[in-house]
Amino acid sequence: MSIALYRLDDRLIHGQVVVGWGKPLNVGFIVLVDDAVRSSAWEQELYRMGVPAEIEVVFASTEEALQRLPDWECDPRVGILVAGDIETLAALTANSHRVSRVNVGGLHHRPGRSERLRYVYLSDTEAAALKKLAARGVEVTAQDVPTAVPVPLEDFT
Amino acid sequence: MSEPLRGVIVSHAAVAQALLAAVTVITGVRDALVPVSNDGCDTGALAERLTQAIDNKPAVLFVDLPGGSCLTSSVRLARGQANVAVVTGVNLAMLLDFVFHRDIPPADAARRAAEAGSRAIRTPVA
Repeated sequence: MSIALYRLDDRLIHGQVVVGWGKPLNVGFIVLVDDAVRSSAWEQELYRMGVPAEIEVVFASTEEALQRLPDWECDPRVGILVAGDIETLAALTANSHRVSRVNVGGLHHRPGRSERLRYVYLSDTEAAALKKLAARGVEVTAQDVPTAVPVPLEDFT
Repeated sequence: MSEPLRGVIVSHAAVAQALLAAVTVITGVRDALVPVSNDGCDTGALAERLTQAIDNKPAVLFVDLPGGSCLTSSVRLARGQANVAVVTGVNLAMLLDFVFHRDIPPADAARRAAEAGSRAIRTPVA
């Protein structure tokens, strides 16, 4: 198996990831790529709290994720990789051919963003960054939970 | 304590509002609890909702799950503040107990709530 879901979600590890996707995919590990969380022991503990003991949680900086991506892709378990911002996932896709699909799972309201879907708010710059990802051959769709219909990038940017 | 504790229920969707409605129906107490939903919030927006709900008062944050955005935002906010404590796994029983025991320190109230909530989880013979 390998990483079944590359997810963009500013809530990082939460119910939709652990239960919504984690259960049907039967995940064995979740990779959280976030430079700030990587350097904060207490935040890592918080994110671990919401994950059952049988699922491994790996915390990585963007740099570490780039190095370890080939290992995760060869892992016999099913994995989910989560990042909270487009820049981080773009860095992974720019430096690795292994990421062919990106799931936009939740980017919420903040100043400068406008609503594109109920769970996706983007600034024009962010929308352009997602289009740039797609132009590199990455399939970008929005889908908060597996039971929802994936929304193609052109329908929300 | 001079000021009774405020309870802030922090949940996904409308769980917090529903719990508040149930507490009000059962006890008639209307000024002890404030509901906060994480609907449509990123971390910053949820922190802002929580700050408004706490309103600089001594408070206990009753979070729905022991993980996820409601918890992470609540703990970030409470971290280093003696006046704010967090308890997870909110249920109606712990809130009913809390509204009548609000004259104790926040950390004690959180522990008390956890005990009251745990006692309510049973498997009666049907």
